[in-house]
Amino acid sequence: MTFKEKLFLYVTFAGPAMLFFCCVVIIPLVYGIYLTFTDWNGLADVKNYVGFANYIDAFKDTAFWKTLLMTTGFSLLSVIFINVIAFFLAYLLTSGVLGQNFFRAGFFTPNLIGGLILGYIWQIIFSRVVPSLYSSIPIALFQKSWLSNPSTAFASLVIVQTWQLSGYMLLIFISGFVGISEDVLEAARVDGANERQTMWSIRLPLMVPSFVICLFLSLTRSFKVYDLNLSLTAGGPYNSTKMTAMHIYTQAFENHRYGVGQAEALIFFLVIAVISLTQTYVGKKREVEA
Amino acid sequence: MSQTPHAVGGNKSLRQTLKVIIAIIVLIIYLFPFALVLVNSLKTKVAIVKTPLKLVDDKGLQWINYKNAIDKMNFGRAFGNSLFVVGVSVILLLIFSSMAAWLFVRTNWKACKISFSAMLASMIVPFQVVMIPLIAIYGSQLHMLNHRMTMVFMNLGFGVSMCTFMCHGFIKGNIPVALEEAARIDGAGYHRTFFTIVLPLLKPILSTVAILEILSYWNDYLLPSMIFTRKEFYTLPLAIRTFYGEFSSDYGNIMAGLTLSVAPVIAVYLILQKHVIGGIVAGAVK
Repeated sequence: MTFKEKLFLYVTFAGPAMLFFCCVVIIPLVYGIYLTFTDWNGLADVKNYVGFANYIDAFKDTAFWKTLLMTTGFSLLSVIFINVIAFFLAYLLTSGVLGQNFFRAGFFTPNLIGGLILGYIWQIIFSRVVPSLYSSIPIALFQKSWLSNPSTAFASLVIVQTWQLSGYMLLIFISGFVGISEDVLEAARVDGANERQTMWSIRLPLMVPSFVICLFLSLTRSFKVYDLNLSLTAGGPYNSTKMTAMHIYTQAFENHRYGVGQAEALIFFLVIAVISLTQTYVGKKREVEA
Repeated sequence: MSQTPHAVGGNKSLRQTLKVIIAIIVLIIYLFPFALVLVNSLKTKVAIVKTPLKLVDDKGLQWINYKNAIDKMNFGRAFGNSLFVVGVSVILLLIFSSMAAWLFVRTNWKACKISFSAMLASMIVPFQVVMIPLIAIYGSQLHMLNHRMTMVFMNLGFGVSMCTFMCHGFIKGNIPVALEEAARIDGAGYHRTFFTIVLPLLKPILSTVAILEILSYWNDYLLPSMIFTRKEFYTLPLAIRTFYGEFSSDYGNIMAGLTLSVAPVIAVYLILQKHVIGGIVAGAVK
């Protein structure tokens, strides 16, 4: 095949996909790195070179680090709840419960709806339904809207995130449980292993691949939460539940500090990449063959 | 003598019943928020605030809430915008990604290897990293905001990596080269071979990708909120956000609006439930 023919094939087959990909992902990625070295405010035509000033500002931005800490805490808690609940539900549903597919489909429902709308639905629950319970169950927890206090607002975010994603991870755990060959379980039973021993020594080790996927998905998704944050708490009260994705948005589009915002976005990216790659690497090493 | 197996069987079915009951209770808790919104969408504001858990308003069903929500949200227009953007994006995405994936599988040219590796690597980049430069380029410099096709263009850019990756795996594992060679010997060009032989065989993977992408495009809020600043282009999530902002104390209308935005997705899900679940599992495990 001549070079001309090759070029023709590349342009006609991969050309459109690569064009969109480069214009929307690669060019902005490179341009974004350039932006971090300028003082652009989003409006002015001039961009002055400012060296590492934006990175220094980002490192000094205590609000940014506070949101990163808050996001990490939110993600860790969510990941634990999501996976524990999803694992037990998957175990329950695969242990011979009638209508497994019906339950599976039901639990998945929250994942069909975007975080924005889910946040609005739960906002009504936490700010309206919860206080309305106070007249019949007079405990301090139900006295006020959960969204008006920093710690209950934080808990609300974790609850909604867990509610949504556990139905998703459930699917992956179910296919993990189903994938364990009946022969292995039978062999364990013949050897006299009880239910608990089978779980710890056979099922869990064989399900490490499912855990790797679920932890990766739930962790990266929780770190990047924006829509839910916006509609459920809007970062309030007093910015206490503002997460990093929202902080980056405000830095750029509300404070017009594009360079600092972009520098913070890159730091955010590094943090997510390091955490998720380490987790996958450690998980992969624990995988075993049946 | 014969009682022992019977007793064991009885014990077992008791445990099964218990498991089903637990599953039902948890499912009810999971679906409670949707039921709550549905029930309250037919009540007056006063009834929602005072007794949100009551099934029916004393004043009867408030269908007027739906009429108000449809009018104030401009539901028809937003629904149409969403349908257009998602429809065009997904169709183009499937065609372009499967074409690229086919070339990447069938050739070992350096350009293809670099292109594919770049796509794979880009999949871990969070949206926040390209969000600011994207608006800087296409908003401030090229003035391309507030066009539906700009939205389609960006959806394609963000979607091709995953879609190409999934098609790549499928073509590599399931499409025999022999089929294509037979068509080539019969005189069909590369393009004709692809569209008549390969593309029809890709149906399983394309429907999986379509389901994943339809859900993510349909629910997307952040990117459309930056592209569409004029109300006439609003997609459903944008319409519900402005509606919520303007009428946040008008609970009846809000609930009706939320029900209306959730209903189409749930309706499609009820019909295609098995495919959706299958697609999500296939997509996640890849």
